[in-house]
Amino acid sequence: MSYQSAFGITAAAISGGAVPLASRNEQEPQQTIATVLCCNCGVPIDGTSGLPMCYDCIKLSVDITEGIQRESSLSFCRNCERFLRPPNQWVSAQLESRELLALCLKRLKGLAKVRLIDASFIWTEPHSRRIKVKLTVQGEAFANTIIQQSFEVEFVVIATQCPDCAKSFTANTWRATVQIRQKVPHKRTFFYLEQLILKHNAHRDTISIQETKDGLDFFYSQKNHAAKMIDFLAAVAPIRTKKSEELISMDTHTSVRSYKFTYSVELVPVCKDDLVCLPKKIARASGNIAQLTLCNRVGNSMHLLDPQTLDTMDLQPTAYWRQPFTTLATTLNLTEFVVLDIEVTNLKKGKMSLADATVARSSDMGRNDSTYYVRTHLGGILHPGDTALGYFLSNVNFNHELWDTLDQSKVPDVVLVKKSYPRKKKNKGRSWRLKRMAKEYNEMEDSGNSMSSKQRQIEQDRVERDYELFLQELEEDPELRSTINMYKQANSQNPGRQILPKASKMEGIEAGDVEMDTGDHKMAGVENMDVDHAKDSDEEGADDGVSDDGSYEGSLPEVGLDELLDEIDELTLEDGDHEE
Amino acid sequence: MAVRAQFENSNEIGVFATLTNSYSLVSVGASENFYSVLEAELGDVIPICHTTIGGTRIIGRLTAGNRRGLLVPATTTDQELQHLRNSLPDSVRIQRVEERLSALGNVICCNDYVALVHPDIERETEELISDVLGVEVFRQTIADNVLVGSYCALSNQGGLVHPKTSIQDQDELSSLLQVPLVAGSINRGSPVVGAGMIVNDWLAVAGLDTTAPELSVVESIFKLQDAQQGAIVGSMRDTLIDTYT
Repeated sequence: MSYQSAFGITAAAISGGAVPLASRNEQEPQQTIATVLCCNCGVPIDGTSGLPMCYDCIKLSVDITEGIQRESSLSFCRNCERFLRPPNQWVSAQLESRELLALCLKRLKGLAKVRLIDASFIWTEPHSRRIKVKLTVQGEAFANTIIQQSFEVEFVVIATQCPDCAKSFTANTWRATVQIRQKVPHKRTFFYLEQLILKHNAHRDTISIQETKDGLDFFYSQKNHAAKMIDFLAAVAPIRTKKSEELISMDTHTSVRSYKFTYSVELVPVCKDDLVCLPKKIARASGNIAQLTLCNRVGNSMHLLDPQTLDTMDLQPTAYWRQPFTTLATTLNLTEFVVLDIEVTNLKKGKMSLADATVARSSDMGRNDSTYYVRTHLGGILHPGDTALGYFLSNVNFNHELWDTLDQSKVPDVVLVKKSYPRKKKNKGRSWRLKRMAKEYNEMEDSGNSMSSKQRQIEQDRVERDYELFLQELEEDPELRSTINMYKQANSQNPGRQILPKASKMEGIEAGDVEMDTGDHKMAGVENMDVDHAKDSDEEGADDGVSDDGSYEGSLPEVGLDELLDEIDELTLEDGDHEE
Repeated sequence: MAVRAQFENSNEIGVFATLTNSYSLVSVGASENFYSVLEAELGDVIPICHTTIGGTRIIGRLTAGNRRGLLVPATTTDQELQHLRNSLPDSVRIQRVEERLSALGNVICCNDYVALVHPDIERETEELISDVLGVEVFRQTIADNVLVGSYCALSNQGGLVHPKTSIQDQDELSSLLQVPLVAGSINRGSPVVGAGMIVNDWLAVAGLDTTAPELSVVESIFKLQDAQQGAIVGSMRDTLIDTYT
């Protein structure tokens, strides 16, 4: 009958006083108590209660919990620590929580026939994988007889893997991917894009990020997550997208198909400070601007500037892709000039003011006296004695169709791009830092063309240099800084910069993301690497020359403390990093 | 003598049989088990008659009778009446009753001297009862139930009434009936004692579910044991009270 059950009769049909043991002989005259014998044990009871037997016999013979399970099971995903709520919902519930109790009670069959009064957990050792619940129920035994009974139910916690976890452990479970590409030999655009994504938390739904040649791949479990990412990219960068889909499977009975979607996103290969030669048609259509322009800023459209006249134009990506053109020269081709004299005209446009400057190449200093008379938009910030970076056009030979169509007599000798600041050697500590996204390295591609460790080293140096250039650009451009999140350098005892790809540890690794192994890094264009590297060392030499001189130290742009954010939420992660 | 029996898996044997001091009626069933029980006890003493009443088997609820007579409802066919006439002793008067409350077994509860009847029974029926059965008739209720035949089992020795009957009601009824009465149940707590058992002066047959305490109450109140009359009401109860209090 009932095993560990405790019984108690709470209510019964009552008419008259309840004195069950009064016999007929000792009754008072006004009492109307009948005495019958319990049908089970023969003990005299109050017949007027309408009970067929005595309380004890009811307790012993009736079990209202008969139809209720005493043992059941709960499915539990060990990885995400969630319980299955049938049919297919997984909910996280702490042990002995009310959510878990609700789950347990829902699992019990037959509980609807009785009234649940109380339910509580009985403590069990978590490793026992047993959950015990004590239940108190009320139910009707006979007519007008309600019995309260309590009993225990044992649940076995069965460890399973929920579909979400199973999916996460399986490779290639993405449904949509966004492939962002920019066909330029450096990575600065992606460094900036990374900061924008981090600031706007646009990578929230991403299941993995992979670095590939010329760009990044973002993977998503749902198509609309990818579409959201595309929308974000379209808002911050000049892109063109192409969607393609691959049929994975089709159910011929229901015509249900499943696809994998790929969004190919191409960024305009024109970056800030690049020298471009516009096609004549575009130049005419944009207020008859000169064909030779500088790319001033890249938002979701390109802002081009003619440094000779301060004319600007805004080139939409759609217009660009209708008639694409390549850059003439990129920031890698910049040459350093020393400003010998500058005369500011009164033509001003925003921060820019037109000026006539006499410049000489830094490398020519002390060798020859050749100077160049240039018209520049940097009149507001250049002073005699300053150094500036610019394109030296008088001795270049561009292999470019549009360049050949230009009237060479109207092409200036030098186009100054920006003021350059003398810098100390690389290991100067910065008071600020940036977060990084953790990326996976595309192993499949690597196994295809294996690089030697030397090549990898060179590759890594390139990335490091690009990142350093990006950081310098940030320091020099407050407008650019305002679009991203910068953080205070957490530890002052570590003067070295926190960009430590060699230490195979990226900063601000997002929890749960896979760490990037920079040792295996593979980047763009291996073929012209040696050339770039040589050029890089040249530039560094020039840098050193100026910084050794030391007279311009004060003019180095500072990043204000009020621009920096605290990263309190990041502290635990940081600590973990330092322990290693 | 008190025995337990079952009529075709039903414990309500009072529904399917009538027992008096001079004859017994048993319904026609698929199995003769119940008949065999009665025959073993009564076979050579009183006639046992297989019959239906109005084509139904619930003869215990439709008929009422005692040593002197038998009342059958108006639904009884002539053939059944003739069969009963042939089977029962000549001393037993058989009378068809034109009564709206046709389940006479439910509305009449009688022994050889007194009868309790449903309060709403017709005057003519009341007269017929006293004529045919030779009894004094009282309109009464038992524990506020009008179906006195269902909730009371009566013999010339004593009576068993509904368990909810108050002591005052029991006293009143027993002064009318001039026999001792006790409240009790049959068939493991069932209050319909009239339908759960049949009784005469020397035999009681109760349903198979009847427990030993119930059966001992039956034996003691109907004085079916020679030696230990009243044991359950007397000494045994005292012992029990001592034990449980």
